[in-house]
Amino acid sequence: MTSPDLTKTQASPASDRAGRGDPAGSGLALSLSGVGKRFGAVQALSDISMEVAAGEVVALVGDNGAGKSTLVKIIAGVYQPDAGEIRLDGKPVSIAGPRGAQNLGIATVFQDLALCDNLDVVANLFLGRERRQLGVLDEVSMEQEAWRLLRRLSAKIPSVRIPIAALSGGQRQTVAIARSLVGDPGIVILDEPTAALGVAQTAEVLALVRRLRETGLGVILVSHNMSDVLAVADRIEVLRLGRNAASFRAADVSVEQLVAAITGASERDRAERGEAPIGGTQQTKTVDAPAGETS
Amino acid sequence: MSTAATGTPAGPSAPSKASPPDSSGGGGQAAFSRLATVGFWADWAALVGLIVLVAVFTALDPSFLSSGNVTGMLSASAALVILAVAQTFVVATAGIDLSIASVTTLGIVVLGQLYAGGQPLAVCFVGAVLAGLLAGLVNGFLVAKAKITDFVVTLGMLSAASGLALVLSDGQPVTVTEGFFFDISLDGPVEMVSWIVVAAIVVAVIAHVVLFHTRFGTHVLATGGSPEAATATGISTARVKVAVYAIAGLLAGLAAIIIVARLGSTPPAANTTYLLNSVAAVVLGGVSLFGGKASILGPVFGALLLTVLLNGLTTLGVSQYYQPLSVGVVVVAAAFLMRFQK
Repeated sequence: MTSPDLTKTQASPASDRAGRGDPAGSGLALSLSGVGKRFGAVQALSDISMEVAAGEVVALVGDNGAGKSTLVKIIAGVYQPDAGEIRLDGKPVSIAGPRGAQNLGIATVFQDLALCDNLDVVANLFLGRERRQLGVLDEVSMEQEAWRLLRRLSAKIPSVRIPIAALSGGQRQTVAIARSLVGDPGIVILDEPTAALGVAQTAEVLALVRRLRETGLGVILVSHNMSDVLAVADRIEVLRLGRNAASFRAADVSVEQLVAAITGASERDRAERGEAPIGGTQQTKTVDAPAGETS
Repeated sequence: MSTAATGTPAGPSAPSKASPPDSSGGGGQAAFSRLATVGFWADWAALVGLIVLVAVFTALDPSFLSSGNVTGMLSASAALVILAVAQTFVVATAGIDLSIASVTTLGIVVLGQLYAGGQPLAVCFVGAVLAGLLAGLVNGFLVAKAKITDFVVTLGMLSAASGLALVLSDGQPVTVTEGFFFDISLDGPVEMVSWIVVAAIVVAVIAHVVLFHTRFGTHVLATGGSPEAATATGISTARVKVAVYAIAGLLAGLAAIIIVARLGSTPPAANTTYLLNSVAAVVLGGVSLFGGKASILGPVFGALLLTVLLNGLTTLGVSQYYQPLSVGVVVVAAAFLMRFQK
């Protein structure tokens, strides 16, 4: 169940996946199997399997209500799964709370960014885990680390001492992503990082995602935007009605195929014709889920 | 100093600071520096106003800057400086403490009753500060845990604390004739600076360090600026709110000691001008009432400005009745200037 044969061309060299002490960042292999989550009468997730290798970008797509957010929150420690197993580097783990996820090396950048507009870049990067010396903020060390993180992302931030309010949407997203790197995580989850961004800023953020992969991190990218997903992802996991609907290699799939998998159109079409479901890889699963099953 | 006024928690120790040349490039440059200029006047309204007032009053009456009058003004401003600092912490979290003057009165009365009961001065001081701290904690828990609007909670505390002060004192002031009080309110380390002024300066310096150079201060500004983001990063905004109201109460108790030292008596009546003037000083000092943007130096200058204004009008023989009117005009004018703040 561990690292699948690594992806295509841009896959990072194996050296990037060395020990976690590597200052350039090092990935963790995350694997989920049989994960389920129920909220009262609603079965939000059933039997979800997913793998993310170090140096790999896995996109998580699906329609509204498909279970993307629930799955992300389980990995981020916000929710506890009712069933299934989560393994990090092959070892089973239980993720107890967001803080626990951080300690395990799983960082999450949520959609709403959670940045304080009134504070400067440094204060935001270290919010909640400020560095101190003799009880007073260690501004020098925090500022140096801020520059190190931003350089690692090749980010274009004019100054780390300007308030977040003065930054563009793309720069804010950069800061949010940089903040997720403060604890040197192995897995980074990006929840809709390009929502509400313009074309140029979206490109900037996608470049950032590629850079995260280059530094050896495992990246889970949740997105609604198929062209973004195809642009940066190595693999694409499609969720539908709380189940794995399909799994593709980004190189082998078209927007039409993705949309079909997300909406379930392909299965109906093919079922009518008596064919096997589409889907690029060995992980493909069929779902016969009737709509009633989730409600 | 500029960092204090802009509320950016960057200190002199920080290797670099945001300045127009490195924080904007190309076309944005002109617009940025123009905004910085307007913002400058808004940020420094209190200091500019203070200098203008001093100049005007000195021109009208050269004795305004006499050693005796300056000594008096500084001593008179000490309590207000402390209360303005206290109010700043609460306002920085987007709250407001309307009970600050009543809690001060409560502290005054507790001090007076302990003194009348023959307690040593140290016990009286601790009693005043504890009474303030307790009232502040009650405010904080009601706002943060019981989720009652700050305005309502502190309005209730305004009434409760002043009522309690009347109950405890039976409406009677206690005369405190204590050499120590004369010493701290009249003598000082330097000419024109009494020990109570030193106390106010120490409070302001500590408050500045706490607000801009500690983890707690950053969390205060985060709570005021973006409570959702603060919560998402694991900051307990409820705890921060309890803390700022407790700080406000504690400082109100300290202000009580200073007021008793100056008056030599413990008047049990609620002193509402301290409430209005503390809020006024905060607004004059460029602190955003919406939270998240604070300064300590600004409100300190705001408190000095208000003291100078009242003293100057008195020196010029303007009727007492015009003084609240003048404060109102100055505060609204300052609030108008704040609209140009970035």
